[in-house]
Amino acid sequence: MSAATLRTKGLAKVYRTGAVEVTALRGVDFEAREGEFIVMLGPSGSGKSTFLNIVGGLDQATSGEAWFQEHNLTTMDERGLTLYRRDHVGFVFQFYNLVPSLTARENVSLVTEIARNPMKPEEALSLVGLEQRMDHFPAQLSGGEQQRVAIARAIAKRPEVLLCDEPTGALDSRTGVKVLEALLLVNRELRATTLVITHNAAIREVADRVVSFGDGRILSVSVNAERKPASAISW
Amino acid sequence: MSALQRKLMRDLIRLWPQALAIALVMAAGAATLILGVGAHASLSDTRSAYYERNRFADVFATLTRAPKILADEIGRIPGVSAVDVRIQKTALLDLPDMVEPASASIVSLPDVQPQRLNILYLRSGRLPVAGDEREAVISEPFAKAHGFDLGSTFQAILNGRKRSLHVVGIALSPEFIYALGPWDIMPDDRRFGIVWMSEKTLAAAYDLTGAFSSVALKLLPYASEGAVIEQLDTLLNRYGGLGAIGRKDQTSHAFLDAELKQLEAMSRILPPIFLVVAAFLVNMTLTRLITLEREQIGLLKAVGYGNMAVGLHYLQFVSAIAVIGAAIGIAAGIWLGGGLTRMYSDFFHFPFLVFRIDPATYLLAVGTTVISAVLGAWQAVRGVVRLPPAVAMTPPAPTQYRQFLVTLYRALGRISQTVTMVVRHLSHGWIRTASSVLGIALAGAILVGSLWSFDSVDFMIDVTFHQADRQDATVSFTQEEPYAALYEVARLPGVLRAEPYRSVAVKLRHGHVERRAAVTGKPPGTDLSRVLDQHFTPVRLPESGIVLSDMLARILDTQVGDLIEVELLEKNRRVVEIPVTAIIQGYLGLMSFMDIDALNRLVREGTVISGVHMIFDEEQRVPLLQELKQIPAASFVALQRISLQKFRETLAQNILVMITVYVSLAVIIVFGVIYNFARISLSEQGREIASLRVLGFTRTEASSILLAEIFLIVALAQPLGWLIGSGLAYMMVKGFESELYRVPLVLEPRVFAESSLIVMGAALVAALIVRRRIDRLDLVEVLKTRE
Repeated sequence: MSAATLRTKGLAKVYRTGAVEVTALRGVDFEAREGEFIVMLGPSGSGKSTFLNIVGGLDQATSGEAWFQEHNLTTMDERGLTLYRRDHVGFVFQFYNLVPSLTARENVSLVTEIARNPMKPEEALSLVGLEQRMDHFPAQLSGGEQQRVAIARAIAKRPEVLLCDEPTGALDSRTGVKVLEALLLVNRELRATTLVITHNAAIREVADRVVSFGDGRILSVSVNAERKPASAISW
Repeated sequence: MSALQRKLMRDLIRLWPQALAIALVMAAGAATLILGVGAHASLSDTRSAYYERNRFADVFATLTRAPKILADEIGRIPGVSAVDVRIQKTALLDLPDMVEPASASIVSLPDVQPQRLNILYLRSGRLPVAGDEREAVISEPFAKAHGFDLGSTFQAILNGRKRSLHVVGIALSPEFIYALGPWDIMPDDRRFGIVWMSEKTLAAAYDLTGAFSSVALKLLPYASEGAVIEQLDTLLNRYGGLGAIGRKDQTSHAFLDAELKQLEAMSRILPPIFLVVAAFLVNMTLTRLITLEREQIGLLKAVGYGNMAVGLHYLQFVSAIAVIGAAIGIAAGIWLGGGLTRMYSDFFHFPFLVFRIDPATYLLAVGTTVISAVLGAWQAVRGVVRLPPAVAMTPPAPTQYRQFLVTLYRALGRISQTVTMVVRHLSHGWIRTASSVLGIALAGAILVGSLWSFDSVDFMIDVTFHQADRQDATVSFTQEEPYAALYEVARLPGVLRAEPYRSVAVKLRHGHVERRAAVTGKPPGTDLSRVLDQHFTPVRLPESGIVLSDMLARILDTQVGDLIEVELLEKNRRVVEIPVTAIIQGYLGLMSFMDIDALNRLVREGTVISGVHMIFDEEQRVPLLQELKQIPAASFVALQRISLQKFRETLAQNILVMITVYVSLAVIIVFGVIYNFARISLSEQGREIASLRVLGFTRTEASSILLAEIFLIVALAQPLGWLIGSGLAYMMVKGFESELYRVPLVLEPRVFAESSLIVMGAALVAALIVRRRIDRLDLVEVLKTRE
């Protein structure tokens, strides 16, 4: 059994806007090991994105603890979190968030220029099957291709943690499967702990574990005895 | 209020910082317009009214002495409607409250009939009783400077005889709105005043009974001034006429004209700069707003709003900004106008001068501001009108970037991706980039185009007072004195060195061009008052031949070696041809020089001098000045050091005001351009910058993208600003150039550096304000939404 890469204990988050308080997380205990591929399911507002943002260093918890390896994220300041993101975390979002004025290669270079031990941008793009499209601008790529550039950009730093928020949300089934294949491949190759948020229950079958969120808590965790390859699923 | 009007109001409130930044640029345009046009109109209207009411003459002449009967003959010159003959002299004053001597222009008032021309505006008291030897009316600024009131007395040396004068009236005259003493560079009301006395008294004092020494003419409308002057000169030739002049050469009128010219230049140059920048800002801001509201526009059209209604909505939006800008500008213009008028009243003495603005000027200010806004909005609004609703409601096509200059780029080796982002973003929105660069360049140009003048004045002072005329004081004699007068002056207490000069009024002619001027004779190798060549090296005056200042040489179209005709206006009125032997540097007036002996030979009068330049021991200043006040032969004592000091003090007062105004104007532009540019850039790239933060870029690294864009724009604008500013300075030099004075174009590197520092400082502040927004970017929120 490999060591825990991510670990949370009693993680809670309350958003305050004026007089209104919204509780997004109500004490989440969670652990993810190195190389694990975890799918997180749950309805809108169930707290999964908030959870992902806190363990990704984008947001701060109201109470409880979040640990990356032996680092306590909940005590880090803004600068510490920035360095954590820079060195250890890769993000993939629903809307790709590529820089439109940079080509695929340059978008990846954006990260490799500042990371400590990056792979070459070309290598990252090959991993997601885009070696032929490296000098295209985002506007010249399809949605699936753009998302794969985003994945290449996320993994080029060889992150220990790969966090994906609805990575296939904006894509059709066929393209979505390709993106999923890319994610599984880098998870296997780089052994990055991968957390994937999705509304799409079909994706659960490719994961090691499936975590279901509801009302700011983890409702259930199920382990897949047998993982299906991405090509075997569709929606 | 309709729904669209409500949207307009809320848009204005939501975008208030950007709208205000644009409105302020417009306000600066409106303010400079109100100020320039308003001050010009106030000054020229007041002058016209004053001239008309007090019958300011059209032609002036001075002469040695002519019988009064000649006045009838002058009146018969075709085109002359009124003649006023009088006695006019310059005299030394001994004032109780001043160590240094003062001088006055002494002017006679007719004893029998009232004044026909240049009628006094009596502030208080009355005119002198005919023949009363003591009664005098004095000019109001002079009275104020000394605290004189009706009943005050002071001493004057009239034709070598000291008299005590008694103030019976205080007045202003259209002839002396700007009263500049001989040798002075700006009016000094303490040291120079106007004294009016009974004609009978002055005739007795100056031995001019039944005669006059000065004449003023009023012309009929449509009379030819040139023809009248020519005939008047012919008549006065026999009486030592020094050549008649029209209004344009009359000192007071000419200086007012120069000021009016400057105001006109200001209202032609500054407001258009601001309005152009405002149009650019409106264009870039509205284009962005429309891009963001694309879907709303589609929706409005889909629910039945016409193309015109939607287009008009955006025109109303920019017009509202323009009206706010014009309102601020008008208020600022009126306020500044009041200040300028107060400043004017220090130099120009009118019975009244109020900053008054024609309602049409307000309309002009609002109109031009709104027009600039509408022109700026035109292209963007046309896009809105043409956009079909179905297309508008779909997201816009993604921005297409190009890999420009790929080879060059690769050749440069590793270039950071953030730099690539900056370069591509700037070059993609090149219209916005170019207009921002131009906007900032214009701000720099305003600074270069105004700050240069201070160095230029310093340079002129240095050349004129430290290199050419290095004397501490100059004594001018009432008439020519034998050489012995030099030694008398040299013997006064504290005089360290004295040099004589001779001055003769002449007409210089070359081809068919003719100018009135004075030839100054100096001994060879003078050390105090020197003649400098065009490289500022002292020139030794040749034993024969004449030396001309560059301006005079240009007017006469002569070169070294040409023969010019010199007509002596004094004494024997000979006309001789003299070769031009050198062309020299001169900023003030039209100057010509000869060797003093050569000049005296020309006049055939023997060795005489017109005055003495000197330097004195500062320790002995008080006793020396006491002595100078008493010199019977002197008509005027110029104290160059004091004049210079007074000039510098006035300059220092005004410089602060001017710098504040020009720096504020430039800062308003820089702020308007950079703030809007940065907000738009952030609106376009907020998502990308947030992405960078997620990828692990620090706040500084992420915001450096925007700061680098601003830096590039500001940097690119600098040389352009310097160039345009130098062009403005050159235009001003050419615009101000007159026969009265000329300003050298001196552009010190310091001016460019200061302008750039001010521009960069303002840009930095604007950029930092926008940077705070980057620091506050909600990463999660930005990334979760589709643009």
